[in-house]
Amino acid sequence: MKLDAKIKKNLPGFQLESTIQADAGSIVLWGASGAGKTLTLNCLAGFSRPDSGRILLGDDLLYDGATGVHVPPQRRRCGYLFQNHALFPHMTVMENLNFAAGVSRQKSRQKIRDLLEVFELQDLAQRKPAQMSGGQQQRAALARALVTEPRLLLLDEPTQGLDARLKSGFFDLLRETRQRTDALILLVTHDLDECFEIGEYICLLDGGKVIQAGFKDAVFAKPASVQVARSLGIYNAVPAEIEFLDPGRNLSRLRMLGTTWNGSYFPGHLLGDKGFATFRETSVKISRDPKDAVLPVLALKPYSRGVRLELEGGLASVISETEARGLRPGASVRVQIEPADIGFLSK
Amino acid sequence: MSSPASPSSAPASTVDWFPLFLSLRVAGLATAAVFIFGTAIAYALSHKTFRGKAFVESVITLPLVLPPTVLGYYLLVLLGRDSLPGIIYEKVFGQPLVFTWQAAVVAALIHSGPLYIRAARAVLETVDYRFEWAARSLGASELQTFFRITLPIAWRGLSSLVSLSFARSLGDFGVTMMVAGNIPDRTQTLSVAIYDAVEAGNGALARVLVIAVSGLAILLVWASGSLSSGERVGGVQ
Repeated sequence: MKLDAKIKKNLPGFQLESTIQADAGSIVLWGASGAGKTLTLNCLAGFSRPDSGRILLGDDLLYDGATGVHVPPQRRRCGYLFQNHALFPHMTVMENLNFAAGVSRQKSRQKIRDLLEVFELQDLAQRKPAQMSGGQQQRAALARALVTEPRLLLLDEPTQGLDARLKSGFFDLLRETRQRTDALILLVTHDLDECFEIGEYICLLDGGKVIQAGFKDAVFAKPASVQVARSLGIYNAVPAEIEFLDPGRNLSRLRMLGTTWNGSYFPGHLLGDKGFATFRETSVKISRDPKDAVLPVLALKPYSRGVRLELEGGLASVISETEARGLRPGASVRVQIEPADIGFLSK
Repeated sequence: MSSPASPSSAPASTVDWFPLFLSLRVAGLATAAVFIFGTAIAYALSHKTFRGKAFVESVITLPLVLPPTVLGYYLLVLLGRDSLPGIIYEKVFGQPLVFTWQAAVVAALIHSGPLYIRAARAVLETVDYRFEWAARSLGASELQTFFRITLPIAWRGLSSLVSLSFARSLGDFGVTMMVAGNIPDRTQTLSVAIYDAVEAGNGALARVLVIAVSGLAILLVWASGSLSSGERVGGVQ
């Protein structure tokens, strides 16, 4: 299923201009809160009408500003998983699924039985949402959405507020879902774990605009701008100048933080170019090589996987707890960066 | 006739209960109409944007602030035998609307409708829109969404309002006097009958009717309270 959407909408104090063109199985719409993610989702589902643009899902035109086509949500076949799951509170799980089957004219009892089994809901079928945990509600909501055989499954920050165990449970659930549906999955999040875990194709949204889109590896390997690198939150973007370039040996040297660093060749850039060196925080390693740069430690902060080491010059590194042992703010540390991991962005 | 000092000595058989039964019938019909049309209007006000919405809101609020005599006068002009609605009504039902018990239904409706609509709107606004969106995204039509999702979720709140609305319908006096009049055994509702009894110096009858109305009101307010309390489902989280 291919999604080709160009959505423009003006709200007081906010302009949305998002473009999503993806042919992947799962798309992640990533951005900070207020970036326009949920509004994009609502436009795709048909709850919000764009001012202009076009939404094409497969061969079906869902919205076209030029001709005034606006297919109502009922006929878009977009499953929508809300943050609060939105299971109908006056119905049991079974009734929720039956409702979905009834109104979407999907009369398969067998399918409902299958879904209850796959999502481990058989024992909960006669329960009402208020008698279920958040994780159980999420499974039921996903099952309900799948009853209608959606072509596009929209997930609004599904792991927000979940602890690590429930989060990994959700990833399993989503893998299971992907095996059971041809639907294109579009997930909105500002959680990088989720981005890595689920996204094949990633759209980065900031201030209502898509600032970079592409397949996951490409986006994370080479942020297209300093803005992208910064908004991802896992990148260093350090002012740098190119001192040496050798395409033949795929080498470069950068001047940053008062010393010289080795990098690989930067195509399209010239000697003396000033800009930003970008590299993942995890690419910055502690070294014992006396040739490497020495930087003072500003702070050590606990991080999801180890310790985040903040160094002078705005450099940050993620290191293991073992490596962090003995390090204190004020001490100095020798660091190196894998040359191939460094990218360069002109100003 | 018993003396005002000993109301209990009035034998029940001498009390004419017609006003009570008429009031129950009038309030029942008015409440049914208020529930059906009032809920529809409240839904439109809470869920839709349309031209003239502010005007509709003002018109609905007016009966709450206008004196009953003014309202009654408007109704007489609007529904009188010379007005278009009045002429149509007379053609269809073979009798005029004004100064019949049916006019008392209209009066009760005007008395309880505005409050019901305002409160029902607030109740419908507390239904989390995501339930309605979820239903639509699953393929439910607007009507299916309303009858199977919105209404059941709002039911507890609305039924409590219906009970209050019935109590309020029982109590109209001013507008009823203006459009239905005070015709014993034909248009005389409870509140009018009490006024009539006091005017005629029939303290015993007045007291019996007052106690009847008070008892009914207490019962309905209690019912409303117990309907609205208890575990709320489906409100905004």
